Amino acid sequence: MRAFAQLLDTLVYTQSRNRKLALLARYFRDTPDPDRGYALAALTDGLPQHLIGRLPLRRMLSELTSRFLDPVLYKLSRDYVGDTAETVALVWPEPRARANAEPTLSDAVTEMSHGSTAERTQTLGRLLDRLDASGRWALLKLLGGAPRVGVSARLAKIAVADAFGHDVSDIEELWHALEAPYLELFAWLEGRGPKPEPGAKPVFRPVMLAHPIEDDDWPKLSADDFVAEWKWDGIRVQIAAAGGDVRIFSRQGDDISAAFPEIRSAFLRHNCVADGELLVMRSGSIAPFNDLQQRLNRKTVTGRMLRDYPAHVRLYDLLFEGGDDLRAMTFTLRRARLETWHAAHCPPLTDVSELVAFETFDSLRAIWSATRADGIEGLMLKRRDSAYQAGRVKGQWYKWKRAALTLDCVLMYAQRGSGKRSSFYSDYTFGAWRSNDAGGQDLVPVGKAYSGFTDDELRLIDTWIRANTTETFGPVRAVTPGLVFEVAFDAVQKSARHKSGVAMRFPRIHRIRWDKPAAEADTLETVQALIGKG
Amino acid sequence: MRMTHMIASPPVETWLYPAEAGLYCAPGQFYIDPHRAVDRAVITHGHSDHARAGHGAVLATSETIAIMKVRYGETSAGTFQQLALGEPVNINGVGVRLAPAGHILGSAQIVLDYDGKRAVVSGDYKRAYDPTCAAFDVVTCDVFVTEATFALPVFRHEPAHGEVAKLLASMAAEPQRTHVIGAYGLGKCQRMIAEIRNAGYDKPIYLHGAVVALTALYQSLGINLGDVRSVAGADGDAIAGGIVLCPPSALSDRWTRRFNDPVLAFASGWMRVRGRARQHGVELPLIVSDHADWPDLIATISQTNAEDVWVTHGRDDALVHHLATLGRKARALALVGRDDEAE
Repeated sequence: MRAFAQLLDTLVYTQSRNRKLALLARYFRDTPDPDRGYALAALTDGLPQHLIGRLPLRRMLSELTSRFLDPVLYKLSRDYVGDTAETVALVWPEPRARANAEPTLSDAVTEMSHGSTAERTQTLGRLLDRLDASGRWALLKLLGGAPRVGVSARLAKIAVADAFGHDVSDIEELWHALEAPYLELFAWLEGRGPKPEPGAKPVFRPVMLAHPIEDDDWPKLSADDFVAEWKWDGIRVQIAAAGGDVRIFSRQGDDISAAFPEIRSAFLRHNCVADGELLVMRSGSIAPFNDLQQRLNRKTVTGRMLRDYPAHVRLYDLLFEGGDDLRAMTFTLRRARLETWHAAHCPPLTDVSELVAFETFDSLRAIWSATRADGIEGLMLKRRDSAYQAGRVKGQWYKWKRAALTLDCVLMYAQRGSGKRSSFYSDYTFGAWRSNDAGGQDLVPVGKAYSGFTDDELRLIDTWIRANTTETFGPVRAVTPGLVFEVAFDAVQKSARHKSGVAMRFPRIHRIRWDKPAAEADTLETVQALIGKG
Repeated sequence: MRMTHMIASPPVETWLYPAEAGLYCAPGQFYIDPHRAVDRAVITHGHSDHARAGHGAVLATSETIAIMKVRYGETSAGTFQQLALGEPVNINGVGVRLAPAGHILGSAQIVLDYDGKRAVVSGDYKRAYDPTCAAFDVVTCDVFVTEATFALPVFRHEPAHGEVAKLLASMAAEPQRTHVIGAYGLGKCQRMIAEIRNAGYDKPIYLHGAVVALTALYQSLGINLGDVRSVAGADGDAIAGGIVLCPPSALSDRWTRRFNDPVLAFASGWMRVRGRARQHGVELPLIVSDHADWPDLIATISQTNAEDVWVTHGRDDALVHHLATLGRKARALALVGRDDEAE
């Protein structure tokens, strides 16, 4: 447990992505099986239920701590620390001498895998007795899942790939066919065993992505080589159906199946891997992105949600049909297979994303700039002869987002950044003017942004903030209304959660208007008028 | 039971109580660590939330007086009267003596004897080893006035040498990166230097301008800190890969930009809690505290045999609650002007 505890404890305080990767890679190389596999599980999908069952961790811990700590003191401590696992790790009595050696990760998993809840509560107490504060914290993070140490599941997978000189797409392809503690995976990575076979299980295939198109790309491209599609405003998904099982994966390879049972049913009897856009659709029209958000990040879904936010998949591409891997084929051929397959099977809650006909890029531009329909984010350009390849392959697919909306907003609060930016005020909350009862104007916050400026500009903004601070609250400074940002964003939505009643999508700093007086910045009415546009 | 208890002597709160300017000893006509200027003050130690400028007369240890003079100037009080640890004086019929508090150099508990009762005002204190000051002395008393900065069961501070080992291990792992340690400028900073020296590190240690004067004062008072130098004027290449100490506020300041990709560390008892350490954006939290941790607070209070415990500042809710469950009388004084966070 010591190496794992040290790993988590270092990760918590490490900002740099490269340093995190190096720490993780070293751990995966140096740690023996099966401990490293359990660690990998903890950092990705959590320990599977078949290993430790359903663990009522919170209840077990409150039972254990009540034996030595007054509940009032526990509550004050928990409130202060803000995390149950850490609180218990810190208040746990230090035994005078440790009777038994420190447990390994696999000791912990094995010992916690059997017995009634009461027995396992005792087991947990004995495990905690054998560890120091950092080890106790790591044990509880291992058992609890989601350790929140600043490492995404994908980063952990990249680190495993890095550690053994593989590409992360190799691991992503296999991932959903593997199980903790991933013995076959590590055996293959170390050259001691064959590549694990996904067999009949539906697995994730790394997704092909597009580059944003730049002005100087156009002259290099020929309109004849490309097809155009709408870029729909949902989330990109991959649907993998095989052997009576259906999985829905996000672009990053996260399994989001549980939140969309109706989509799973729609593909249940099929054997294919399809690429598409997940949308909420009501009687043929696409609902705002906000509606889709109601369905995301859920472990289960109620009947009411299924009714109120009906999901739909608009298909872009077909990667596998039956046993055939279509990925090496051209887009044109895959598209034909997709249309034929869809026409033959017509799975409910799906349709095929239409192609946008055009003659020249100029005529396409006219279509692009004229289209303001709901649910369309812009256009996609796909090379007709493009194979389906993992990642952002140069020159194959382009996304052509609709021009951003912009508004002039006034800087209100600035927060210190983290990592390399920790000595800079780099996260900005900006506002628009609203008339008050006294006949004057107040600023009301309308959004937050921390990108879109250069390092030199950051330096200048930072200096301005320090010279114009009116109040400081911890890492946040309030400033006099005096600096105007031209803020770019994709859309404005109504929001009950924000004081202004509006929320911006993807706001970023477009330009810094050093020249513009704050009083001439935009008003909240102007912002509200943009709701639903963009 | 002492003889004096046979005659009903008045309870301590009739002659020692919080007044507008701070804790006041009425018969002695003096305040202890008042938060604004008064005629007569007895000062426990040199931290700015305890020692302020502008008093008519100050009584304190010679080290505390030296610290006040460096911070506020030679004439920052009408008169300075120094009192050695353990030496008794009588102020208007109140017996006053100072006992070591183990908090920082010069820190003292104020022991007050009046009318058959004894009160001990501890100021800030700790029980852990500190090479830069005299160790805490337990004085039995009727009323013990304690701090409660770290009065939650989550605060258990391991010995500082283990944290210094963590620092040296990090330096060995990243030899190119300068380690910049934020530490409270008076006490913690000099203790960290002394602990680092105890661990065998003998290269020059560099200082932020704000901690230079107090560090020089420690050295002039006989605390051996080895070769310490100001960052200002030092050769950047010489500092690279070494140790720099600065006040905590400098960690998030533009000042750190002069070092190339430094490891930012923070030496404080608060670092025991990860969320707090992350809030400061540091990469290397060092759990080193100049205040008593939870077990030491409870043990100390019990050793004083005090029948009544007054809690001045910090997490008084948890401490008062816990002492009550132990059957000890305790209450919060809620003195104004104490800075709980600076540690």
